[in-house]
Amino acid sequence: MDPKAFVAGMSALGAGMAMIAGLGPGIGEGYTAGQACAAIGRQPEAQGDITRTMILGIAMAESTGIYALVVALILLFANPFVGQF
Amino acid sequence: MNVEINGPQVLGYLFGNPNLPITETMRNAWIVMVFILFLCIFLTRRMEKIPKGKQAFAEKAVIMIDNLVDSTMGPGCRAFSPYIATLLMSSLFGSLATLFWMRPVTADLNTTLGWALITFFLITFNKIKYGGLGGYLKGFLEPVFVMAPLNVLSEVATPVSMSFRHFGNMAGGLVISTLMMGALEVLSNAVLGFLPVPLLQIGIPGVLSLYFDCFTACMQAFIFSMLTMAYVGDARSSG
Repeated sequence: MDPKAFVAGMSALGAGMAMIAGLGPGIGEGYTAGQACAAIGRQPEAQGDITRTMILGIAMAESTGIYALVVALILLFANPFVGQF
Repeated sequence: MNVEINGPQVLGYLFGNPNLPITETMRNAWIVMVFILFLCIFLTRRMEKIPKGKQAFAEKAVIMIDNLVDSTMGPGCRAFSPYIATLLMSSLFGSLATLFWMRPVTADLNTTLGWALITFFLITFNKIKYGGLGGYLKGFLEPVFVMAPLNVLSEVATPVSMSFRHFGNMAGGLVISTLMMGALEVLSNAVLGFLPVPLLQIGIPGVLSLYFDCFTACMQAFIFSMLTMAYVGDARSSG
């Protein structure tokens, strides 16, 4: 088999599998948003603070998903392994 | 279908040196900086005692950022609000540049890593200033000295995660928009092939752009400056 084609195909597979990491942030962010909704329901006057904290927390939780995205992008567009064959 | 997703193009070389490329990102960053400069000059021309029109808008923006800094970092941190405002504005307009046929400045790791390193320097500087050099070094040994390597790692992870988050969001949006354009071209050729133009490419990418460009740009600008404020404020109160 042509090693280049094999590495390219495996990299595409790896990029797709890396994006499975999108599951985690999705669940976490949904839970965060739900909790924030409950908090606003209990204390509507604190909506501004709750929203700001929620956005910050969501952004932090999102970074794992973004790492996966960066790994996938590197595998697809700046693959370090293809040049070795 | 021809979909091309590239990094920023190299437009030329500084002094003809191949190690100093001038990229699209740098050109766009300068355009954005000049735009912000002229915006500031325009908004603050002929100021009056009683603000109205554009001056009122400028004052409102400054007060908003001052209040944000006050509420996030605590009182006595007004000196940071110009830096925060600069981050916010350059991130926002740098990302929104994509609406004006330019590659977003922030879809390049160099830009966001540069900003994150400035923030990292600020964090470390404030930690040493308020906790002393001994306190700063001792912070690495918390809670037990075995944790020192992990603490060093988590310190380094701050700028990395900040820059990757911003870069990943903008670059991801760029990639998805480009793929969507290609897919819509194929789809309209297959379904509405009798028309001379790819009809489905009209309008639908705009809806996506509303999220991936406008919303994400505002969000990431806010988050980047918010995290900067949180980290620096935390560093100041650590002493």
